[in-house]
Amino acid sequence: MTANPPRSFQEIILRLQSYWAAQGCAVLQPYDMEVGAGTFHPATTLRALGTRPWAAAYVQPSRRPTDGRYGENPNRLQHYYQYQVLIKPSPPDLQELYLGSLAAIGIDAGLHDIRFVEDDWESPTLGAWGLGWEVWCDGMEVSQFTYFQQVGGHDCHPVSGELTYGLERLAMYVLGIDHVMEMPFNDPDSPIPLLYGDIFRQTEREYSRWNFDQVDTEMLFGHFKDAEAECERILAAPATDTAGRAITMAHPAYDQCIKASHLFNLLDARGVISVTERQAYIGRVRALARKCADAFVTTEAGGGQSQGAVG
Amino acid sequence: MLEATIRTFPWPKSMRWGAGTLRWVRPLHSILCLLGDEAGAEVVPLEIDGIAAGNVTRGHRFLAPESFAVSGFDDYAAKLRRASVMLDPEERAAHIWQDATNAAFAAGLEAVEDRGLLAEVAGLVEWPVVLMGRIGEEFLDLPPEVLQTSMKEHQKFFSCRNARTGRIEGFITVANTETADHGATILKGNQKVLSARLSDAKFFWENDLRTVAREGMEGMAAGLANVTFHNKLGSQAARIARIEALAREIAPLVGAAPDLAAEAARVAKADLQSEMVGEFPELQGMMGVYYARAAGLPDAVANACKEHYQPLGPSDDVPSEPVSVAVALADKIDTLTGFWAIDEKPTGSKDPFALRRAALGVIRLCLENTLRLKLRSLLTPAFTAHSAGTATPHGSRSDFVLAEHVAALHQQHLVEAAGEGRSIEAAPVDDLLAFFHDRLKVHLRDQGIRHDVIDACLAMPGNDDLTLLVKRAEALAAFLKTDDGENLLQGFKRANNILTQAEGKDGVEYSFGADPKFAEGPEERALFAALDRAEAAIAPAMKSEDFAAAMSAMAALRASIDAFFEAVQVNSDNAVVRRNRLNLLSRIRQICLSVADLTRLEG
Repeated sequence: MTANPPRSFQEIILRLQSYWAAQGCAVLQPYDMEVGAGTFHPATTLRALGTRPWAAAYVQPSRRPTDGRYGENPNRLQHYYQYQVLIKPSPPDLQELYLGSLAAIGIDAGLHDIRFVEDDWESPTLGAWGLGWEVWCDGMEVSQFTYFQQVGGHDCHPVSGELTYGLERLAMYVLGIDHVMEMPFNDPDSPIPLLYGDIFRQTEREYSRWNFDQVDTEMLFGHFKDAEAECERILAAPATDTAGRAITMAHPAYDQCIKASHLFNLLDARGVISVTERQAYIGRVRALARKCADAFVTTEAGGGQSQGAVG
Repeated sequence: MLEATIRTFPWPKSMRWGAGTLRWVRPLHSILCLLGDEAGAEVVPLEIDGIAAGNVTRGHRFLAPESFAVSGFDDYAAKLRRASVMLDPEERAAHIWQDATNAAFAAGLEAVEDRGLLAEVAGLVEWPVVLMGRIGEEFLDLPPEVLQTSMKEHQKFFSCRNARTGRIEGFITVANTETADHGATILKGNQKVLSARLSDAKFFWENDLRTVAREGMEGMAAGLANVTFHNKLGSQAARIARIEALAREIAPLVGAAPDLAAEAARVAKADLQSEMVGEFPELQGMMGVYYARAAGLPDAVANACKEHYQPLGPSDDVPSEPVSVAVALADKIDTLTGFWAIDEKPTGSKDPFALRRAALGVIRLCLENTLRLKLRSLLTPAFTAHSAGTATPHGSRSDFVLAEHVAALHQQHLVEAAGEGRSIEAAPVDDLLAFFHDRLKVHLRDQGIRHDVIDACLAMPGNDDLTLLVKRAEALAAFLKTDDGENLLQGFKRANNILTQAEGKDGVEYSFGADPKFAEGPEERALFAALDRAEAAIAPAMKSEDFAAAMSAMAALRASIDAFFEAVQVNSDNAVVRRNRLNLLSRIRQICLSVADLTRLEG
């Protein structure tokens, strides 16, 4: 470790924030919806589309109901944090920048085994794929490094470089913690020191039970259909509102796509979706993601022309 | 040309990066391009999308970060080594394996060989450094297959076995760097990751055991009603019902108790619904064995969970336990007849459902267990089960009814098949049987039996009994390797040619029997006597399936036939004598053809 190792989970997050801020990224806040991964944040999914340059970094709380272990597994959680960086176009020294971020949180490349293992990344729900690496530190996957080739069925031009850090695992590693619940969340010398488990042990238990046994599946199926219908309705709305303003509602529609995706994950954790149906549900979410992407690229933020001049 | 090569390089999957349009496997940063002879090497002028070719490259990112110039390929390899990169993948693999076996030995363990993993790991490192660690005590009770699979699939670790107990107790990881603490930090990190992984495996294992304790194997299998096997062949549950019915039919033919075979068929695929197999599909079957044992099922049933998939390839073991054999046959026959029924047969190099492997599996199960099955009588009801299945809507509720329906149809068709010797579904049955025969030819060719020898035996009755067929072919092949056999074949061919020509010319069949009273010389009379002897020996030998004895009786004809042709002119001027001799040749043909269809033999 370096001379000044971080002492807590939050210090690692803060160091990443400062590091990427210093590299010129806009430090955004988490998206305020339930998502399975940082990639779902519109700051990544939608902003990877179109020609406008982009550089953003943020923490994203993420939910994967099937990974719930009632807080007992040393590092599997149904709710966890990802740190996400997206830079468009991908800079040539992105690997060096990434290694710099590891140094910033105290990972000394001279003492650890850091490897870039070639990886094909694909998100069938987002209609997205890219090539890059899994980054391993001493046999543990600590980050995903992807050059987006396609999102929502659209070719990415220019290409974005995406970095995703699994924060808990990375932090446990840096802090030398064996069980996630034992990890200091704030500084251990604080007047009120809090461990990760003080904050999340109970919630992991509660959500594990709800995800696996209790969630009302009929209701979820209904919500899924509603989200799907609303997404399509939003996108099918007339191009101009009653006051004559041309507004494409790509983001509100995309919110519904995110919702559908999370509802699918909940249903999947409950084991009520068969193998054949599974593909069909993933296909339905992907169809929504595509339509949202189609809409976004026509907007100003998406580099489209149609709303360049709002009258 | 170099530029075109780079721009159109056929990567299996390539990518763009930044704002450019060039495609490469990962972002291209530098091009090292030299052309040289004895006098030295020069940089080839080349620039692609702003990247100019040069003579400079880099070694290990962390151990030797400085760039350096090279003067040719040998210099490149030598300097890379100094910069902590072992260029040759085979050297890396050899280095890893040597260090791994040594490290395991030093710890009193043995490294479990895995060539596929070794090649993969060698591809993940430039400068391999082998590190060995121990598996935590709390995980040592997990099945060794689980430990091995989890370590291999997730961590790319080699397993280390305690030779005395057979338990997996250690692991080997291969790092890509040397550190001041000799890998202590790296090993500690790897150990921690492994604990997390194995905690997960333990979670699945304990959940599955709880499910089995609560609901039994059949409870675990319940969800298979919602899993589609193939959209035209129904759910996994429907398939299992068909396999169960068929296994029950096959059981008495292979020496298994029908109820045990049926039970084994019902639970053999239950583990597809287990959490462990969901995480590690390659453990299918193996986990079934553990869970079935935990459920208190008999060993024969438990073992069938794994063995009914076997043989998985030409070199995989063939099960011999009767219950496993019954379910293995039923599984494969159901698969084959199913895909035949929906016309999804293998074509050329395409065999997406591994039907050739399934057919070879049936063949090897029959041959290696010397089973005497009449395949036709098994294929017929299996086909019927599929036509019944496609007529019934699929779904969990209909499965039970379907199973009964299938069982009833089985009974009916077994009776019909026995009564008439053929079934209403003759066409697909014949087609599938011909497929079995083709696969059998390939299988026997690998064992040195010619295809025409098999053709000669295929023409004989009972060719759906593969064990009988092969026994006949082996005897014939051995017979043809002897002098007598080879000469008899020539004698037979000569007799057959003369006879066929005469029959063609005269427009009659000389099959009325020859009369010894028209025989003229001693050679002719001797042939009559030899044929009588041969016939008397061959008929009972054939009846008792003693093909070797039948063939040696046939071989005994050789001298008499040779002498006959030597001394006697078949086409005598005397029409009565000529006709009698042709009838005599016809007896030769008839007797020989009762052993095998020698007309199909080449040479």
